[in-house]
Amino acid sequence: MKNIVKQETMGLNGDEAVAYAAKQSDVDVVAAYPITPQTIIVEKFSEYVANGEVNTEYVCTESEHSAMAACLAASVTGARVFTATASAGLALMHEMLFVTSGCRAPVVMAVANRALSAPLNIHGDHSDTMAERDSGWIQIYAENAQEVYDSVLQAFRIAEHLDVQLPTLVGLDGFTLSHTLENVQVLPDDVVKEFVGTRQLTNVLTHEGKTVPFKLDPANPMTMGPFAMPNYYFEFKRQQEEAMKNAFKVIQQIHDEYAQLSGRSYGDSLLEKYKLEDAEIAVVCVGSTAGTVKTVVDELRKEGVKAGLLRIRTYRPFPAEEIARSLAKVKAVAIMDRSMSFGGNGGALFSEVCHALYDLSTRPYAANYVYGLGGRDTDSKQIRKIYEDLQRIVQTKHVDEPIKYVGLRE
Amino acid sequence: MSSKEKSWKEASPAGVCWKSSITYLTGDWKTFMPVRDLEKCTKCLLCTLFCPDGAIHWKPEKSDIEFDLNFCKGCGICANECPTKAITMKIE
Repeated sequence: MKNIVKQETMGLNGDEAVAYAAKQSDVDVVAAYPITPQTIIVEKFSEYVANGEVNTEYVCTESEHSAMAACLAASVTGARVFTATASAGLALMHEMLFVTSGCRAPVVMAVANRALSAPLNIHGDHSDTMAERDSGWIQIYAENAQEVYDSVLQAFRIAEHLDVQLPTLVGLDGFTLSHTLENVQVLPDDVVKEFVGTRQLTNVLTHEGKTVPFKLDPANPMTMGPFAMPNYYFEFKRQQEEAMKNAFKVIQQIHDEYAQLSGRSYGDSLLEKYKLEDAEIAVVCVGSTAGTVKTVVDELRKEGVKAGLLRIRTYRPFPAEEIARSLAKVKAVAIMDRSMSFGGNGGALFSEVCHALYDLSTRPYAANYVYGLGGRDTDSKQIRKIYEDLQRIVQTKHVDEPIKYVGLRE
Repeated sequence: MSSKEKSWKEASPAGVCWKSSITYLTGDWKTFMPVRDLEKCTKCLLCTLFCPDGAIHWKPEKSDIEFDLNFCKGCGICANECPTKAITMKIE
């Protein structure tokens, strides 16, 4: 990595890092509605607009449903579009999330992950984005504010890539990341401008028989988001699945290109393996908790325990094969879910990771740990306890309690 | 399903229409079709205004109206609104 760009260190919290990345990405339209813990993002961005620091049309909407509708409408005209939300705001967007992905509108959104009501809670967990895992959006979860900044820049390239053309969200844990000040290395404006480039458009055949850029344009009228009968709807859903598959390669390619520029990389962009190579016991998690887990892994390694971590950075598309390969030699694995799937067989991450392991000839023992709901702290002692459980599972060759709740008063 | 229908690889992204709605004959949805009693019809043209599909046309060369059965969905609004009850709905 010879050509790493000289960078400036800024004191930014996760939300400010998002706003700064969006500012540098030459966004045409932002339509948003403020909601804790995302508010700083849109506050900061509207400051940029008010100060004339960006060339962006800022649309204040009356709700998140409207915000996503406006984002979709702007995006299908060929504009680069950004928004941010959290919790109830994302839930209110639910319908429009499917319309946006179905229309192949590459909107980029930051979600400051927060619990859902009731009871009302403004703090961090993954209930909001996990509930939208089937909405056709690419989902990337960051571990710290630096990764938030880097991931938002990459998200524009991923979403708008011609082989993808899918909306992309970057998740940052509410308060833990959104409101915590960190040193963030930022790239110079011109370098970002060159990296993100301008939005590319695929071509499409219109009813007039012309092949034109895929955007709403009075010169080349086309019908977008039409009614599809049972004889066609299925085909369009299959196209979306193909775009998700294409995204695996694109996410890695853009991550690697960015790494050359910035000197920063996050595993292979889909997964980050931490001391996993020779690990006998491992934790799987997403988001900021990975930071705490790494500290515990370091402690355990000093004590001679072969502990490792697999952080899932890209949750949609879900890198199932690579997860299976990464955990094939591990003896016992703890999968940490920061959201509930009520009545489900463990959390969403647990179900999917177990599914990924199913085809292995020798599978690790797997246990689910639900943690941190409604912003409850998960400390290193609790993580250490999880690894101790895994050691016991390896010794006894038995998982007594497949689903456990971390830090819950029994 | 007809073999002319496109596969997912051939279909346009996100369902952008590759055919004009003029070639999509929605008239084949109907069960009932309007039939006019020429003796009762006063050519007041109210039916042309009420038709939600614009499928009843005034033809100046014939000084008469014409039902476009390619696009009439058989809703029966014309029959309901006709002040002289000149239109009845018959099974197609």
